[in-house]
Amino acid sequence: MTSLRIEKHPVLNFPERKTVKFYFEGKKYQGFEGEPIAAALHAAGIKTLRHSPQKNRARGFFCAIGRCSSCIMEVDGQINTMTCITPLKEGMQVKMQKGHGHIKP
Amino acid sequence: MLKNDGIITPEELTPVLPPLARLEKGPVAIIECLQDIPCDPCVSACPTKAIKMKEGITDKPLLDFAACTGCGLCIPKCPGLAIFVINMKHTAGMATVSMSHELLPVPEKGQEVTALDRAGKVVGKVKVVRVINPPAYDRTAVVTVEVPADQVNNIRAIRV
Amino acid sequence: MSRNTEVFVIGGGPAGLSAAHVAAKLGAKTLLVDDSARVGGQLIKQTHRFFGSSNRDAGIRGITIADKLQQDISEVADRLTVLENTAAVGFYHNKEAGILSQNAYERVTYQAAIVCTGATENSLTFENNDLPGIYGAGGVQTLMNVHGIKPGQKILMVGSGNIGLIVSYQLIQAGVEVVGLVEGMPTIGGYLVHASKIRRLGVPIHTSHTILKALGTEGVEGAVLCRVDEKFQPVPNTEFEIKCDCICLAVGLTPLIDLFQQAQCRMVHVGELGGLVPLHDSSMRTTNPDIFVAGDASGIEEATTAILAGRIAGARAYETIHGKSADADAIVAEAREELRTLRSGSTGERIRWGRERVLKEAGEC
Ligand SMILES: Cc1cc2nc3c(=O)[nH]c(=O)nc-3n(C[C@H](O)[C@H](O)[C@H](O)COP(=O)(O)OP(=O)(O)OC[C@H]3O[C@@H](n4cnc5c(N)ncnc54)[C@H](O)[C@@H]3O)c2cc1C
Ligand code: SF4
Ligand code: SF4
Ligand code: FES
Repeated sequence: MTSLRIEKHPVLNFPERKTVKFYFEGKKYQGFEGEPIAAALHAAGIKTLRHSPQKNRARGFFCAIGRCSSCIMEVDGQINTMTCITPLKEGMQVKMQKGHGHIKP
Repeated sequence: MLKNDGIITPEELTPVLPPLARLEKGPVAIIECLQDIPCDPCVSACPTKAIKMKEGITDKPLLDFAACTGCGLCIPKCPGLAIFVINMKHTAGMATVSMSHELLPVPEKGQEVTALDRAGKVVGKVKVVRVINPPAYDRTAVVTVEVPADQVNNIRAIRV
Repeated sequence: MSRNTEVFVIGGGPAGLSAAHVAAKLGAKTLLVDDSARVGGQLIKQTHRFFGSSNRDAGIRGITIADKLQQDISEVADRLTVLENTAAVGFYHNKEAGILSQNAYERVTYQAAIVCTGATENSLTFENNDLPGIYGAGGVQTLMNVHGIKPGQKILMVGSGNIGLIVSYQLIQAGVEVVGLVEGMPTIGGYLVHASKIRRLGVPIHTSHTILKALGTEGVEGAVLCRVDEKFQPVPNTEFEIKCDCICLAVGLTPLIDLFQQAQCRMVHVGELGGLVPLHDSSMRTTNPDIFVAGDASGIEEATTAILAGRIAGARAYETIHGKSADADAIVAEAREELRTLRSGSTGERIRWGRERVLKEAGEC
């Protein structure tokens, strides 16, 4: 699959950013530091971010601005994190949350 | 029809076409903006004040064909990319069309590109005769292509 | 912690930036909060040249207008504080509000508040509309124009309003193939110049059509479209399949109004303005006398009108604190005249009706 990152754009310039590694379901990926986690996952070809608690239907992001909660995941143990507005950091552990997720004691 | 599929029909175009006598005199603008919308950058873009709105900003632009010099300065200012300059006095049998181009790659002078009509259908290969893309145009290049004279009001985009 | 300000502006789109600029310039101590990482609102996602009045920056790109407005507010930095990544979460009585940033909660005491929260996107019901790969137009723009990532390789656009048309064009600029645009109405909703612009780049515009369902299980693989009759009912045996890996919904906006409801402003439903809006007078003051409104939150319109209404609200909010001012009056008079001409003509008709209704109802209460 060709990358979804925009290399060249007639109007916009996307400045060089620092590459960081992170983990999705234990597997290693790369993204840009500070971009939303959901954006880094999308660029890596991952569109399913969770499954709905009741009917187990696949869900991706929808609004991308922290309004709809479609993108919630478990990030470094914190459930219900809106990944579309949470900046990516080096070494982050990102997981699909099961059902409503479990709050760590 | 324009309002159903985005394609201007020849009948819809007629009112904004320059008269034949004006075409004889060289380059002139065609403003394909046929709906009353609250928009007016074309008016202030024209150095000869050839573009007017009847009453105000929500009217359609009206071009004074006699006052228009065909300079093309209005082309990159139009948010609707609706202004074209045609020159029927290019060479025998050939005319030119100038239009906005905001996609990559921007072609170079002399390059062959694919000409498209108002529906995006391929018309054929045409040659680029001029590309203007100064900082003042802010990333909207104005590309002029050489086309068969009978295609001058059919070709409205290019694919590089 | 708590903060104290005279004018409290919520939302940093064109309306909020203009309101804050005017209030601070006239002399009010002003605080502006915006819940996103950068002020500018919709403008920071708009790569196209704006239609509108060249007096108010039309003809230049949305991103450039955002820079200009930001430049304006930096000139009044001594009186204006801007907090990004900070959401206003509610009003208390006694001119107090709560704001939330990262994980800190603070109270703000103000004398006049101007709410410019913009709008939220509508969704559409069809089979499988929850599949990954189905995005709101705003989501697509954020991903593509802010973060530099394409939503997919082949996209289907639903909705032919200006947003659907303009985002289609932006997708083409980003290198995405727009496989088609679907519209239930028999005619294109947005400005026809924007429609012609994508049509001549080869995007088929299917008016009188709808999307029946999205195909795929873990993600979008295509869509089934069909023709609809005058009553928007699917016409049998007209279904066809279109291949795509994502679908963009551009089916309208609704004013974002939770804060007004919470502040007990009287609301009115005006279809022409996008739904429920706070009643307000021509000074943009709501039925809660300390709270003003401007921009899409007062009814879905455009950046130019949002800027002008923001200027009116900023000037009047200043006056409620510092008393009558000839400078404020001049700003209001100029903005009103510009608004009047912008809303004249046939395309402004719906907005005009809607705005008149709000004013009429406001007069009665
Ligand atoms: C694709 C597209 C193309 C457009 N093209 C044009 C055009 O060519 N010409 C034109 O004139 N108009 C155009 N518009 C319309 C124009 O962008 C909007 O009308 C305008 O941005 C509205 O301004 P606003 O300030 O009311 O809201 P917005 O720009 O939406 O800004 C609202 C701001 O408030 C923030 N906010 C919301 N709630 C809170 C809260 N509780 N606390 C803190 N902050 C909050 C939001 O994050 C946002 O930054 C276009 C719109 C779109 C989507
Ligand atoms: S081509 Fe030049 S003279 Fe003619 S309308 Fe445009 S700007 Fe004016
Ligand atoms: S600038 Fe373009 S879209 Fe705007 S009124 Fe003039 S011709 Fe029409
Ligand atoms: S996608 Fe809507 S909150 Fe993240």
